[in-house]
This record gives sequence, C-alpha cells and structure tokens, in this order.
Amino acid sequence: MIEPVPILEARNLEVERGGITILNISFLYVQEGEILSLIGPNGAGKTTLLQTLSCLLKPFQGEIFFRGEKVYENHSVLDYRRKLAMVFQEPLLFDTTVFNNVASGLKIRGVTRGETRHRVMEQLDRFGIGHLSNRSARTLSGGEAQRTSLARAFALRPEILLLDEPFASLDPPTRDSLIEDLEQILRQTRTTAVFATHDRIEALRLSNRIAVMNTGGILQIGSPVEVMNHPVDEFVASFVGVETILSGKVIKRNGGTFLASIEGREVEVVGDAHLGETVVLCIRPENVTLSTRPSEEGTSARNVFPGRIEKIVSLGFYQKIELNCGFPLVAYVTNHSLEELSLAEGRKVKASFKATAVTVMRKEGV
Amino acid sequence: MDLILEGIKKAFWLLVTFDPEVMGITLLSLEVSGIATLISLLIGISVGAAVALSRFPGKRFAVSLINTGMGLPPVVVGLFVTIFLWRNGPLGFFEILYTPVAMIIAQAIIATPIVMGITLAAIQQLPQKLRLQILALGATRIQMVWILLKEAKLPLLAAVMAGFGGVISEVGASIMVGGNIKGYSRVLTTATVMETSRGNFDIAIALGIILLLLTYFINLILTQIQQRERPR
Repeated sequence: MIEPVPILEARNLEVERGGITILNISFLYVQEGEILSLIGPNGAGKTTLLQTLSCLLKPFQGEIFFRGEKVYENHSVLDYRRKLAMVFQEPLLFDTTVFNNVASGLKIRGVTRGETRHRVMEQLDRFGIGHLSNRSARTLSGGEAQRTSLARAFALRPEILLLDEPFASLDPPTRDSLIEDLEQILRQTRTTAVFATHDRIEALRLSNRIAVMNTGGILQIGSPVEVMNHPVDEFVASFVGVETILSGKVIKRNGGTFLASIEGREVEVVGDAHLGETVVLCIRPENVTLSTRPSEEGTSARNVFPGRIEKIVSLGFYQKIELNCGFPLVAYVTNHSLEELSLAEGRKVKASFKATAVTVMRKEGV
Repeated sequence: MDLILEGIKKAFWLLVTFDPEVMGITLLSLEVSGIATLISLLIGISVGAAVALSRFPGKRFAVSLINTGMGLPPVVVGLFVTIFLWRNGPLGFFEILYTPVAMIIAQAIIATPIVMGITLAAIQQLPQKLRLQILALGATRIQMVWILLKEAKLPLLAAVMAGFGGVISEVGASIMVGGNIKGYSRVLTTATVMETSRGNFDIAIALGIILLLLTYFINLILTQIQQRERPR
C-alpha cells in the first residue's frame, strides 16, 4: 500500500496488437503533483502506455485506479476522461479561432459561457497567445499552435495531464521556450503530469521521476539522478547517455572501495564487491577529465590512465573524445578545452575520473 | 440561322416576363431535386460518417459498394424504380408511378451514394489522431461525430452541391418515373427534351438558359469552397 494513495495506479497492463504484445507493465503508480516522464526509443510503448492510461486505447487487459478507485467499476470511462487532458505531438486544432479552440474542451464538458470565457482568457494570457485570440488556427506557426493546444488542455484544469512528445515537432528555440513555460505552469498549478519524450535532456529537466521504456516494458524507474547515474543495464545506460561500459574482475577490496582489473589496468571503484567477481561498470563521459600535462598534478582522481585519442566527434557545443587507454573510454570536453589542450586524433593524453564517478551496473558473480 | 435567333429572342421574352409555365417548371425542378437532395443528405451523411468511423468485417467491400454507387447510371435507377412502382409491381399499390414523388425517390437514390461517398472520404481524410484528441477532451461518441462533421464542413458542402447538381440536371430517370406530365411532373430537363423534339426552340432555349444558370450557380459555390480549402 503506497501512502498517500497515488492519484493514478495501473496494474498488469497488457496490450496486444496483431498477436504481438506491445505493452506489458505489471505495476505503475503516479503520485499527485509529480511529473513523470517516459523515455525510450520509438516503438518502446510510450504512446501505447499514455493512451491506455487515458482509456483511449481499447481493448486492454489490466486495471487502472484513479485515486484508489477502479476505473470502469466506480468511475465510468467518460467521467475519468473528463478529469484528464491530453496533448499530442501535433497540435490537432479545430478549424476556428484560437479562442474557440482553447474553449472547445470546456464546451464539450458543458462549462458555462462566463466561466469558459474566464478560463480561456486566463490560459491565453499564461501561454502568451492573448494577441492571437481571434486568429484562425490555420494561420498559426508551429509553436503558436502547440501553445494553443496546451492552453486548451490547461483550461480544463485537469487532475492529470498527459503529453505525448509534445515538443518533438518544434524547432529548438521554440521548444526551449515552451519547455520553460510549461515547467513554470506545471509547478505553479501543481498539476500531475505524465509525458513521453525521446529527448533525455527534456526528461532530466522537467521530471521528478523518469521511466525508461523499451519493447513495451519499463526497464527502470526512478529519480533522474538515479536513472542517469545508476542505470540498471546496458540499454538504459546507453539511452541515458552513458558512453563507457566496461567489464572487469575484482582483484582487491579496501573497505569502501575495490579495485577492478580491466584489460590489465586497475580501476578504483567506490562500492562493494566480492573478490574474483566480474563486474560491469559504467562511467559517464562528463565525469572524465583530460589533461596533457606530463606529470600527475594534485587531483583527487585516483583513476588516471594514459591513453591515445582515437576519434573526436563534434556534438555541437561540446566534443566527444573516444580514447584508448588499454580499454575504451569516452570523455566530453567543451570546444574551449579542445582548443586549449590542442586535442587532436592521435594525440596522447591522460584521462582521469573519480572513483565515485564509476557506477557498478551489474555483478556477474564469481 | 433565323431559327436560332428567333428562338433566342422569344426565350428572353419568356424569361423576362416570368412566363407562368416556364416558372412553374422551374419551381417544380427545384422542389423535386431539393427534397431529393435533402433525403440524400440525411441518409448519405449519417451512413457515410458511420462507415468512416467504425471498424467491421467487410468494411472494404462496403466502401467499394458506395464508390460504385456514386457512378450508378441514372437510367438504371429509373428502370428499377419503374419496375418497383409498376401497377403489378411490389410497391404498385402506392400508385406513385408518374408522380413527382416517384421522381423524388429516383433522384434521392441517385444522389445518396454521391453524398455518402464524399462524406466517407472527407471524414477519412481528417487526421487519425484528431478523433483521439476529441475523445481526450472528454467528448461522448455523439459529440465526437458532430465535431468531426463540423471539421469536414467544406467537403460536406461540396457533397451537397455535387448531389444537387447531379439530380437537377438528370433527365433519364426523371422521364421514366415521372412521365413528364404537363403541370404535374414536368421539370426543366424533361421539358427541354420534349420541347426540343417538337421544334419549340424558344421554350427549349429558355429552359436551357435556366438550367445553365443553375449549374453556374452551383459551380460558383463549389469553386468558393475549393479556394477556401485549408493548405494544412
């Protein structure tokens, strides 16, 4: 029993299409006021899960509980749906003015004219589209249209807001501005939200918890820090941006740390493991520091490895450096550092990372 | 050449003075085709929308049936309606053969598949996710269908125009089941056929001009609709 009663709980959800199970989730809960994001590649089941949670997708097996009461038994589906609002990747606006679009949900739900007007004005203002009130939806830009769609959803004062990759079709500056606004409004109104995205930066930024999905199931669910720094398996690790995954054998134990032998090199890791155990470690590229100084300076990093730069890939604002230190290691450096250190392919450097920056993903036993 | 010029002169006279016979024929045309179109709208839009929005075995077959119906030859419709309403036929006891009612029935049968087909296409062309969005806003099934129809109002209006345009200029079935009886079941098209065969080109031309005007009017509306079609 989870206290307090979660606003949404789903048990044994299973959806089959054409003989294939496309969604299989034994348990999921959402706490009131939290922002839960679903991340995963295309086809992971994010959209299916969202549509099942909102009872838009039928049939499905399993049960959904809203504030502890089962939907279908105590809540009719229509009543339940009227407590939610959903925003899709496309704005899906109606062929009318912005004002009428934002009012459409209220009209469907039978809200009075006066109250409708009040709420629509409120949302137009909040999303900064008041000046577009009388414009036809056909003439809006992508960002304006999506704002209208969001305003339409928020005008309903939903208890849960579901968003299916709402920013995927927008260009970066529009997306950034909308994410900022959405974040603010969600926090202000303390709206519970579940949103799907394949952009992990978006998820990191907005969520209280992240669920990593693949092939219809949830692989890991936890706070962003947890999921990003302690991925449970290779798939999650690579999806959340871990670039270095190494396998080694534990050769020494020292109280709170141990040494793992990887390709003849010794890596110090904070944690506990049995001697002789094979462990799978991961190291985030942001935690790897490079240096071109010949001698070791006073660093707090215990893991210092000389290596050769095999490849440099530009990622825009920073560079991905693929190293060979006896084992493969990936580091991220800023463009500035690249220049400062005159890093180039073939160059010999020293890579270091703290023992705390290494995560033990898995122990495979002795 | 004289024949044509004389005809045109007399035709204008008939029109400008609102010749009662010509006006009577015109009004009947509008009435019969108007009612037939209305019936075709009621049946066509509801069935077209229903087929578009539901999933059932044999849907593909139903859709192809509707599309075939759109090209149904009017004379074939006239034939079957005549047979059904014939004195000894299954519905002969109604005694409506050679009455405007029979014409309305025949024209409705011709127009309904057209309206159905266009409605079906119009609704299927709306974005798939729009239905989900409408449901997510908390709509009942009926509300959803109504909103979808409103979203497709432009193509639906085109369906109305196509239906009406098709039947007001129809002649085959109208003569067969209407009988072209003076002052009773004589409409623009059937009257034109008769007057032309008799050589009364003045009346024929007058009726022809009215038909042309009606056609022009309908196409004007259709063009306006086309120009307003959203470039999403």
